[in-house]
Amino acid sequence: MADIKAIATRDSYGETLAQLGAEHTDLVVFDADLAGSTKTSIFQKAFPDRHFDCGIAEANMMAAAAGAASMGLVPFVSSFAMFAAGRAFEQVRNSIGYPHLNVKIGASHAGISVGEDGASHQCCEDFALMRAIPGMVVMCPSDDIEAKAMVRAAYEYKGPVYMRLGRSPVPVFHNINQYSFEIGKGEIIIDGSDVAIIATGLMTAEAIKAGQMLSEKGISACVINMPTIKPLDDSIVLEAAKKCGRIITCEEHSIIGGLGEAVCSLLSEKLPTPVRRIGVNDIFGCSGPASELLKMYGLCADNIVNNALEMVK
Amino acid sequence: MTLEEKKQLLITACKVRIGIIESTYSASSGHPGGSLSAADFLTYLYFKELNIDPNNPAWSDRDRFVLSKGHAAPALYAVLAHRGFFPVKDLRTLRHTGSYLQGHPNMNETPGVDMSTGSLGQGVSAASGMALAAKYMHKDCRIYALLGDGEIQEGEVWEAFMFAHHYKLDNFCIAIDNNKLQIDGNIADVMSPYPIPDKLRAFGFAVREIDGHNFEQIESALNEARATKGVPFAIIMDTIKGKGVSYMENQASWHGKGPNDKEYEQAMDELKAKLSELEAM
Repeated sequence: MADIKAIATRDSYGETLAQLGAEHTDLVVFDADLAGSTKTSIFQKAFPDRHFDCGIAEANMMAAAAGAASMGLVPFVSSFAMFAAGRAFEQVRNSIGYPHLNVKIGASHAGISVGEDGASHQCCEDFALMRAIPGMVVMCPSDDIEAKAMVRAAYEYKGPVYMRLGRSPVPVFHNINQYSFEIGKGEIIIDGSDVAIIATGLMTAEAIKAGQMLSEKGISACVINMPTIKPLDDSIVLEAAKKCGRIITCEEHSIIGGLGEAVCSLLSEKLPTPVRRIGVNDIFGCSGPASELLKMYGLCADNIVNNALEMVK
Repeated sequence: MTLEEKKQLLITACKVRIGIIESTYSASSGHPGGSLSAADFLTYLYFKELNIDPNNPAWSDRDRFVLSKGHAAPALYAVLAHRGFFPVKDLRTLRHTGSYLQGHPNMNETPGVDMSTGSLGQGVSAASGMALAAKYMHKDCRIYALLGDGEIQEGEVWEAFMFAHHYKLDNFCIAIDNNKLQIDGNIADVMSPYPIPDKLRAFGFAVREIDGHNFEQIESALNEARATKGVPFAIIMDTIKGKGVSYMENQASWHGKGPNDKEYEQAMDELKAKLSELEAM
């Protein structure tokens, strides 16, 4: 995909917020001294009177956003995933989740691909934390086009939403003319029958690469993009399991509590099927360039291919 | 405030205290101590200060109140019931399975509750967000929050205070129920938050210290809060935990348990005697 342009989903987020801001005066943005990094600065530039910096105080920011939502506004709240889902977990749980308030959390710098900042900032637990909150929608876009559509869908949806965004540019593989987004729906990108590869976020591009590599080896892989982690698209998973009989899940998240576990939970109850979970294997990350770290932790097409070959053997 | 108005407030506050005892007795749990210390302030707030409509609890231009010390829910419920948001007899369902009167306030279940609270520190943040939103939306409504003195040990509270001052939320008024006791004992011994007024002033609040059981002083402070422009307002209330029930007063042990049969009878005897005395005035 060398000829394809790459855009970080945090940029897609900031640009879409600015567009939505022009369309809806009830949209306000809260940030915690990271506007330049989460890209809410793009919105801030366009609508300075609607962008509220809360300082380095994420707990207050989340609950304040809940209060603003209770007044009828639609707050988009941003910080790094580590602080949005991690530090402010209990505020998200008790002040946003429990009252089911209309707050949208745009959490950037998720996963290992944060890179050089290292483990303290590489949140690989946010899916697990957010999935556990009743009524919380949990999403993660795979590219620029999906991210933009997702932010719009989050605005339209009534209720709390967690969106996981990345720091590093990711290839734009969707065709804007043939693309539509719906919360809770997965997408078959390559159809196949030997093994199903279900991926989310930046791993979807790797899964597509893996699908192409497997095809060259005569293996028919079904590649599924899963932008919504919760509610999971049960039917697309069950169909894939029925057709392929083997599943590989791919996420830039701990193998505990994320997409892989959601798929395993579903299949173990409805259609027991062998599953391999590719993700961060219950370890902390480390500093380094994102591209090197992703390979080091096995978050790459080669590792998907190797797992698929072992499974179909 | 006329003598008649004051008498009515005293009577209502006494009925609210009866509601607190009835409900925590019925629940065999709950938090009577910190509910009783807040009863007078909440009575004044709901009967004299707040611009609200019990027939239309969701009225969008209403004033908002957030019980940041959510464990004082029995006091809030009793005040809401007497103000006409729901039947007083339902107070006896507090904490029962299926009741809309949850152990801590739930905005989606209880008419008149403006924010779900219970986890200390979060309510005041939510209230500050409401005040910011009201400013942005050009609403004239005011936002109030009641905090416990132990609650201000939570760091989030100070984040909210910074936020309220930074955004010049002069439509925002907090009250701190300084009843001086928390679960483990005297707040000064557990983790002193003193001096509270100095800290609030340093955070940019206009501050007024009052006797939290004196309606004239409550009225005066709330009037001053409304007239204050450019900065948020804090009322530091000197109160008695368990106020109005002799054996509960100034006892940390009455933070979080309901009265037994005998204790219930004694509390009711005391409060009913007080009520008769007030009604005869």
